Amino acid sequence: MTEAVVAAYLVLVLGIGAFARRRLAATGEDYFAASRTIGPVVLLATLFGTHMTAFSLLGASGEAYHRGVGVFSLMASSSALVVPAVFWFVAPRAWAVCRRNGFLTQVEMVRARWESPGLAVALGAVLSALLVPYLLIGVMGGGITLAEITDGRVPPWAGSLTMVLVVLAYVAAGGIRGTSWVNTFQTVVFIVLGAVTAGVVAAKTGGLGALASRVDPALLVHGDRIPALELLTYILIPLSVGTFPHIFSHWLSAESPRTFKLPIVAYPLCVAAVWLPSVLVGVLASADLPGFEGPAANSVLIRAIDLHAPGALAGLLAAGVFAAVMSSLDSQSLALSSLVTRGLGRRRRGDEGRRQLLLGRVFVALILTATFALSLVAERSIFRLGVWSFTGFAALFPLVVAALWWRRATAAGAWASLLTAAGLWLYYFVHATQKPGYTIAGTGAMPVAVILPAAALALIVVSLLTRPPSDDALDRFFPEGSR
Amino acid sequence: MRAAWLWVALAALFLLHHDFWFWREPRLVLGLPAGLLYHVTYCLAVAALMAVAVHRAWPPPGITEADVAGDPRG
Repeated sequence: MTEAVVAAYLVLVLGIGAFARRRLAATGEDYFAASRTIGPVVLLATLFGTHMTAFSLLGASGEAYHRGVGVFSLMASSSALVVPAVFWFVAPRAWAVCRRNGFLTQVEMVRARWESPGLAVALGAVLSALLVPYLLIGVMGGGITLAEITDGRVPPWAGSLTMVLVVLAYVAAGGIRGTSWVNTFQTVVFIVLGAVTAGVVAAKTGGLGALASRVDPALLVHGDRIPALELLTYILIPLSVGTFPHIFSHWLSAESPRTFKLPIVAYPLCVAAVWLPSVLVGVLASADLPGFEGPAANSVLIRAIDLHAPGALAGLLAAGVFAAVMSSLDSQSLALSSLVTRGLGRRRRGDEGRRQLLLGRVFVALILTATFALSLVAERSIFRLGVWSFTGFAALFPLVVAALWWRRATAAGAWASLLTAAGLWLYYFVHATQKPGYTIAGTGAMPVAVILPAAALALIVVSLLTRPPSDDALDRFFPEGSR
Repeated sequence: MRAAWLWVALAALFLLHHDFWFWREPRLVLGLPAGLLYHVTYCLAVAALMAVAVHRAWPPPGITEADVAGDPRG
């Protein structure tokens, strides 16, 4: 039954991708930016679906199982504040600059802003390096989840392979337009299924009220399991949304600055709609399904479904998890392809049109094939890289903001920021990689609280000590009339 | 600075995110732990603020007249 529901879901997704193919024009701009025609509803759904991974469903439940309701304030309401602010402050500005200059990636933007191909290549390499583990986590997570839901009838490699092939089919066929349409459908699926799951589990268990006496009281308050410094510094992590290449690609596909209005307003509501059920199921499961240690708790959502609503709902939940994984995987592989095709490749005559479309498709296929191959040999400890990937992206935020907003920022300043971020990230990573939940000196402070300000400071100091950028470069980014 | 009130409001919401007054409050309110209900309400408050912002302070900074003119509905 579970396999049949998942198969039906995947066929539906492929159908949407095939429909999008009919609208595809043979240009790089259409493949990577949908010729900037995406409207507000699809933009909201695809941004949200791309940003939320399977770990918003499974990881949130697992974290709440161990740390209680405070996980919502740590990871959800912090995003609800920071992400719309980034959408307000950065997204329309990035859209306008890139539209004016014909950029389709951050790498093209940085190359033109500081007239530095070397800096652009270095940034592209850092972005790609941070994105690869993120892709790998999605591919492995989808396969493992399907194996758990089907009690091992579908081995992890088969689930991962199926997911990769379906994503490859609709991304190659429809580019970012197909990806956005599929993501819209998938976002609706995982929001609805998350709510249904929480409703069923709460109804079967009598809800939190009935369980209050059985749930560990420490899980019903923030203070016991979430250090104050962790709450304070974790709020920097969602700044990563301003530097994710896959989110940036979707920004550029927007029809107009006005298209951002709906995502800016509705994003916090979507965050609450997805995270509240996930956190509640995790807390409820701590009473019903005790004994999960560490990352094993990420499967409590699946176990809760198995316990309270097996059968069709389990199949729908599997589809929901696939939706959450694929809605990120598709955009990430497409963004990585655009970084290589548009940003790092040599620009020459005839790059537009069919050649760029072909290159885009070839790189999507190569990226997904390589990710699947890596997923066969990678160990589960790769899942610990998730928060480090977010930390790295957040540390690049000053560079992106400076490119768009600070005329005085120089190439040397941008280099200094990039190298500081990369150096400190490596330092903390090496020190902390074997310690899950690492915080600075055990205080609760996240490494991002040091890396991000240091990267910003390096950018400011070195920029002020070096020659300002050329007027030509500045005119492309700060034309007269900028408000 | 245009829409300075928005930045003040966002700063206030940043401070309100750190709800130490519910830090160890175990009561259930409307079936949810008080701290959790606070943060769900917080999400609604951010959405309400941004709704006011897109109506009262649009367009956001850094957009030129040409960008707005290029917007068929702008």
